[in-house]
Amino acid sequence: MAKRIDVSGLTAYYGKTKAIEDISMTVEPRSVTAFIGPSGCGKSTFLRTLNRMHEVIPHATVSGTVLLDDENLYGPDVDPVAVRRTIGMVFQRPNPFPTMSIYDNVAAGLKLNGIRRRGELDALVEKSLRSANLWNEVKDRLNKPGAGLSGGQQQRLCIARAIAVEPEVLLMDEPCSALDPISTLAIEDLISELKERFTIVIVTHNMQQAARVSDRTAFFNLAAVGQPGRLIEIDATERIFSNPTVQATEDYISGRFG
Amino acid sequence: MSTTTKPTVTPPASVLTQRRLPRWAPAATALGAVVAGIGIGAGAGLTSEIQWGLIAALLFVGALHVLSTRVEGSRKAKDRLATSLVWVCFILAVIPLVSLLEYTIRKGAKVLDGYFLTHSMNGVATIEPGGGVYHSLLGTLEQVALATLISAPIGLLTAIYLVEYGRGPLAKAVTFFVDVMTGIPSIVAGLFVLSFWIIWLDFSFSGFAGSMALSILMMPVVVRSTEEMLKLVPNELREASLALGVPKWRTILKVVLPTAVGGIVTGLMLAVARITGETAPVLLLVYGAATINTNPFDGAQDSLPLYIFQQWKNGNEPSYDRAWAAALVLIALVMALNLLARGVARWKAPKPGH
Amino acid sequence: MDTSPPRISPRAEPAPPPSGRPDRPQGPPLGQEPRDNQPDTGGTPPPTDRPAPPPTESRGRVRIGDRVFSGAARGSGIVLLAVMAAIAGFLTLRAVDALGKNEGNFLTTFEWTPNAEPPVFGVAVIAFGTVVSALIAMIIAVPIAVGVALFVSHYAPRRIAQPVAYLIDLLAAVPSIVYGLWGALFLVPHMIGLTTWLDAYLGWTHVFDQTSTGVTPRNLFTAGVLLAVMILPIVTNVSREVFLQVPRMHEEAALALGATRWEVIRTAVLPFGRSGVISASMLGLGRALGETMAVATVLSSSPVLSLKILDPGGGTIAQNIAANFGEAQPIGRDALVASGLVLFLITLLVNGAARLIIARRKEYSGANA
Repeated sequence: MAKRIDVSGLTAYYGKTKAIEDISMTVEPRSVTAFIGPSGCGKSTFLRTLNRMHEVIPHATVSGTVLLDDENLYGPDVDPVAVRRTIGMVFQRPNPFPTMSIYDNVAAGLKLNGIRRRGELDALVEKSLRSANLWNEVKDRLNKPGAGLSGGQQQRLCIARAIAVEPEVLLMDEPCSALDPISTLAIEDLISELKERFTIVIVTHNMQQAARVSDRTAFFNLAAVGQPGRLIEIDATERIFSNPTVQATEDYISGRFG
Repeated sequence: MSTTTKPTVTPPASVLTQRRLPRWAPAATALGAVVAGIGIGAGAGLTSEIQWGLIAALLFVGALHVLSTRVEGSRKAKDRLATSLVWVCFILAVIPLVSLLEYTIRKGAKVLDGYFLTHSMNGVATIEPGGGVYHSLLGTLEQVALATLISAPIGLLTAIYLVEYGRGPLAKAVTFFVDVMTGIPSIVAGLFVLSFWIIWLDFSFSGFAGSMALSILMMPVVVRSTEEMLKLVPNELREASLALGVPKWRTILKVVLPTAVGGIVTGLMLAVARITGETAPVLLLVYGAATINTNPFDGAQDSLPLYIFQQWKNGNEPSYDRAWAAALVLIALVMALNLLARGVARWKAPKPGH
Repeated sequence: MDTSPPRISPRAEPAPPPSGRPDRPQGPPLGQEPRDNQPDTGGTPPPTDRPAPPPTESRGRVRIGDRVFSGAARGSGIVLLAVMAAIAGFLTLRAVDALGKNEGNFLTTFEWTPNAEPPVFGVAVIAFGTVVSALIAMIIAVPIAVGVALFVSHYAPRRIAQPVAYLIDLLAAVPSIVYGLWGALFLVPHMIGLTTWLDAYLGWTHVFDQTSTGVTPRNLFTAGVLLAVMILPIVTNVSREVFLQVPRMHEEAALALGATRWEVIRTAVLPFGRSGVISASMLGLGRALGETMAVATVLSSSPVLSLKILDPGGGTIAQNIAANFGEAQPIGRDALVASGLVLFLITLLVNGAARLIIARRKEYSGANA
């Protein structure tokens, strides 16, 4: 199931603007890796390069390599659609399809991948909703619109939708920033459960959250506004939060800037 | 413990890579289809280019789909099918539309000159060349101006009523009937004025009669577009003004309307552009004339759309030439209004941020 | 009723979706107070930075100003209602008058001879022609328009998309008489090959059977094609606006599931845009039903009701009015009024149906997200 990601020399552009520069790191399988850093340092951009979502923005380009186990995501014959199918993503704001029911939202990815038999779909939808800790709350209203759920429920619905297609890796772009503390807690619990099965990468603004959920933490920073973001360091989470090697990391973590 | 038997059961291609058609495949297929279309068309002696094009389009979509299904699998093939269909739609749509513009310009430029714009058809026999469009242009401008004078104030105030004051059954009724009114076919509006104003009240055909029908068509459009624009004005602005003790009517006049003025003017001009080209009500009501009549309230006038129709009906080459030239003038007029409206919209657009 | 028909908007106008909130308020942001019941503004002294008249005077003026202004606004609304009522009432009156004198069955008679003795006229042929030509136009135009809208919003390279959108915007404004002229002088001759061909290969469907081949195709089919060309820009424009308003995050949600471009469109764009496309189509249908000149110029009318759309003949209500309005006798005109009312009713039905469809889909519409 879960796979390792090796990034080397990755640089991403928006048009001519360099957003992130020369990033290399390894994301371990079956663990949670958190990206922290001040706003605009390119965490989210970097995250989106990991499943080739970056390039859907007009004029956005990438150079460098991202290896999923041994395969380069940016190789010449690679199909970005297959990449995104293998590396799922959860967004900052919950985005269930507004025109679909709860059931159809979860089933959407499955149907795209050719699973059409009702029985199989039912089973997979239930499994995904259970994995997302949402089943008990929605099992009686699977045919109601997904947009009718609360924010936290919607986000868990999106997680269920993402894991339904059994991706190797799950990318989360500040998944809790639009949620209240209780919903946030529910998502964080869910993340700890999901890391048994998936490689998880999470971007967060909340350092406590990074400390709580992640095994490894990467700190990003930018030299100045308008400069591209860079990876400052990546290490085990306890080490980053207790004894980082770079002064800037310590300054950021202790709240001196950012 | 590393094993030496590396390639066990792994499929040759990985999960991420797929067999793909080369990038030039769609273009090549398109070219092939066009060539084949021309070949079949010419070979079978089909007279009309429409058929050639349709054959080429069908060949292109079909061939690419088959090719893609073979090489890339059904999912990708479906994606390609959608893409090629969308391109075919685009080309199918653009050809007649561009042909319309091109044909009108080419034909219209033949007799369109200063003389054409400044002379009427007075004393010109229909089968001889010459004459002009001055009387029609004048009539159109007067009729449209009158229609705007009638419908703009009513439309604006009604929209203000609906957005700023509207509550209760009256507002509901007005909203409903504005909707109904949007659906009135232009010829029915003309018919109404014809039987009411000209037959029942026994007034004569006149530019003003046409203006009345045009204003029936214009009013709901103005109400609608103004309403939309007023709704876009944030409520905070109104509250801020009211909280300063500014009376409501001054709030509307000094705060709400200026904020929305760009959109309102744009909507108004688009409505004007639309009625400028209306033919049916004018045909029924202003009757048409070959001479200059500057008074829209008395006697038959002419108008551009009507002029085009009449020249077409004459059915001879000089008249067709005049019809095309008048069509070109009319298009230019309508386009100018549209471009102007756009300019206003851009110029008065709410400045972003602050 | 906020299922307002699509804006006749140039691209500058679309409501900027308030960034941030997913649930944008739907209702009109209206003034808070009930009408005619102004908050007592006289109590608070006017702020000093406003060039204000003396307070006492202002107080009296405020009331008058408000009353005059709201009265004028309300008055216009009432005028509009009155106009509408006058149209409906007067036309009905005339129509009833004409129907009373009609010796034929208004709904089933083919002929239109209201000036004969006795007067006989019916809308069978022209109502049929109206509906059929508009339907042909819809069948051709709507799929192509949706395709072109998708082309502009999702497929075309940027360099092409902008000019194309602009061109189609402008074409939507071209007056119908110009389409009519083009249809009569350019389209009709170019349709000969296609009609012969349709007759040869699809003649067995009866619909595409041409009784005598080689006649000039001044038939309902050509009228439908011309109407399709005419409504294409309108339907395209409105659909494109709707497709462009699909929130980026829904498309990204589909992309992140590993959807191809077509699958993104099917899962996120089309469902979101469905009601918009429906209202766009209805707008186009309304235009096609009521169009006079474009039909009058390409159709050679005759009182024949036939499903063979390649045969010349038939007619539409609007075209019939334009052709016969000059009739000498009042009953002839009243008969036309009656047919005009039928046209109006058909248009109303179409609009009502569109509204129903949109309302039924409301729960799932993107606007509620």
